[in-house]
Amino acid sequence: MRMGEWVPMRQFRDGEEIDFVVVGTGAGGGTLACSLAEQGFTVAAFDAGPYWRPLEDFASDEMHQSKLYWTDERIVDGENPLQMGSNNSGKSVGGSTVHYAMVALRFRPEWFKARTLLGYGADWPLDWREMWSYYDQVEDDLKISGPVTYPWGPKRPRYRYRAHELNAAAKVLARGAEAMGIAWTPTPLATVSAPRGDSPPCVYRGFCTLGCSTNAKQSVLVTYLPRALRAGAEIRDLAMVGRIETKGGRATGVHYYREGRWRFQRAKNVVVAGYAIETPRLLLMSANREFPDGLANSSGLVGKNLMVQGNQAVWGDFDEEIRSYKGPPSLAVTEHWNYEDRGKDFFGGYCYMSQGPLPTLWGSTQSGAHGLWGEALVSEMQRYNHVAGLKVVSEYLPQERNQVTLTGEKDQYGLPIPRITYSWCDNDKALNRHGLGFMGQALAAAGGRNIWEQRDDTCHLYGTARMGDDPKTSVVNGDCRSWDIPNLWVCDGSVFPTAGGVNPSLTIQAIALRTSDRIKASARDGVGGRA
Amino acid sequence: MHPRKDHFPGYDVLAKRDTPSWNAKTRAVIDERLAITPETHRFLDKAAFATLQAVAERIVPQPSDRTPLVPVAAMVDHKLASGEHDGYRYAGLPEQGEAWRCGLKALDAEAQKAFGAPFSDLGAWAQDGLLKACEKGGLTGPAWDGMPSDLFFKKRIIPDLVRAYYAHPTAWSEIGWGGPASPRGYVRMGFDRRDPWEAAESYPGHEDEAYAENLRVGR
Repeated sequence: MRMGEWVPMRQFRDGEEIDFVVVGTGAGGGTLACSLAEQGFTVAAFDAGPYWRPLEDFASDEMHQSKLYWTDERIVDGENPLQMGSNNSGKSVGGSTVHYAMVALRFRPEWFKARTLLGYGADWPLDWREMWSYYDQVEDDLKISGPVTYPWGPKRPRYRYRAHELNAAAKVLARGAEAMGIAWTPTPLATVSAPRGDSPPCVYRGFCTLGCSTNAKQSVLVTYLPRALRAGAEIRDLAMVGRIETKGGRATGVHYYREGRWRFQRAKNVVVAGYAIETPRLLLMSANREFPDGLANSSGLVGKNLMVQGNQAVWGDFDEEIRSYKGPPSLAVTEHWNYEDRGKDFFGGYCYMSQGPLPTLWGSTQSGAHGLWGEALVSEMQRYNHVAGLKVVSEYLPQERNQVTLTGEKDQYGLPIPRITYSWCDNDKALNRHGLGFMGQALAAAGGRNIWEQRDDTCHLYGTARMGDDPKTSVVNGDCRSWDIPNLWVCDGSVFPTAGGVNPSLTIQAIALRTSDRIKASARDGVGGRA
Repeated sequence: MHPRKDHFPGYDVLAKRDTPSWNAKTRAVIDERLAITPETHRFLDKAAFATLQAVAERIVPQPSDRTPLVPVAAMVDHKLASGEHDGYRYAGLPEQGEAWRCGLKALDAEAQKAFGAPFSDLGAWAQDGLLKACEKGGLTGPAWDGMPSDLFFKKRIIPDLVRAYYAHPTAWSEIGWGGPASPRGYVRMGFDRRDPWEAAESYPGHEDEAYAENLRVGR
């Protein structure tokens, strides 16, 4: 939207029984809401966060822009408690895509059959070839900027926009990879390298993870949601859904808090797309006489198998000025260890990327992970412009003990605060050692000195409403539809049975487009869908 | 405290305030931050605030010749007063405001027990000794009320104080960061490349050139 422009949209009355209420407007919910509206359904998508106007609302400031994050209280425990809030949870219309790093990678095809083909985790009820065609569609919808040829995996169509120029931090990754004899590539990114509609080309501000103030970023906020509005959908912001109502085994609508009071929106179908903490939380909070253990939970797996990805890093000093704060933070990537299975003492894979932390994040990293404070911290911080790092996105395994549960404490809406329990298994630890060891060698080979390891960081959320072929071992089927309640869907990272070794957004969006097609097909056949 | 080595002589990120690197929203946000003065506190009482100021001076020490100082303690108090949370809390810690009130009181009690004086009256050596004990989980007096001192150190003291300091333009100038960058962004991306609106580093024998360059970043 342009400066000062209004955002007109259709508004549904609470009593109107609309075809779909979608809870959450991020990569899953926003994309699905758009596609459902374009298929001709009536859709209202709810988000607990505000509908930002980036040109007017976004400052170039880390502290202020934390307004994009989900900062409601959550309790973390387990042997390796997760850091929540900034890096993995959004509270904005557009969800986490408003502050994501725009990394747009496809799954390795074998990961969709990880159990059968690779011997770990679980198989997905999806076929990689079908997913490949949905990836094509998302990459076109977002006009991904990427390399002419991609070094790994089956052939894919060319990226729609040219790759971005590399910054020095990305050139460090390239140097290291070449010295180690592995392939690398400019990262496919969802920020345009040439004009597109109201989006100017990226100006390399480097504030991507704090919100893009120029609208170059192809977030759900600037891509699918304007399309959804044009197709007649309503985006209801600042609306916190606290409970899904059921009657006779079917969802009938949602209770939500907006403008100081609880209200009820009727709906023929409900889609939960709140990401892997809020989605199971909402399903569990909606427990009632019909479904005493929470909705969609006959398997007992709602909230279980919570997965994150490793986000560990190596950092080092360089003689050259790097100034990694310029440009998108991850301009270069290698997926070598996603596609190479030899030489591993663990299941799963990882990619790693160049980094561009801004000052408060860098200060937190030096003090938190590196343990510096006092003069040691402030003098190390003065080396900021000479630092480069490599950071993994690595695949941790699903474990039932890692989970989201409800506590007795209440939040500002009077809803139970979630507890997030997380611990590494031995395979995760072996993967951590491999990744840190390899990246340390690569960074040294690129000319890095005083190299140190950041071991505490994780990213992305998955698994707490997993999809599968068997109602006993999964929460939803391959169409993201609940096994228990035929007009209830889940559409976000929660449905992933395994995490894979790449950032999730492109896969979540591909699944959302597929889900919309499946809903359309089943409505045509008179199943579920429209009443 | 010695004057700190100035790697970017003459560089002041605020000189860019009226250039295309700062949009209106950024100017408003930073103006508000700069209006916080070192003695402003609404959430903590006088004694706790004095302790917090003393802790801040050890965690993110500032050069003796700096005026005005970065109001680190006041910025943390501001965060607590406005109720901005991080989005998570370790199971062993109470809510952030409660944790800070309890932890600062407990640090003071430990100082009284060990040295017979409040934390803020101690010398740097004694203060650092207590903070190191806190970091290792070695402070367990009754005033902690069961809160593990190492968790308080690692999950409250460190992140809250360090984030406050590096959210201030004075710290941005100190580390040579380009600062706010909307809508202009950057052009020169490679090794050893610098846009004319970025800080110039002072290399031996070239200090005057860096100084001259840094006076031009706001033009």
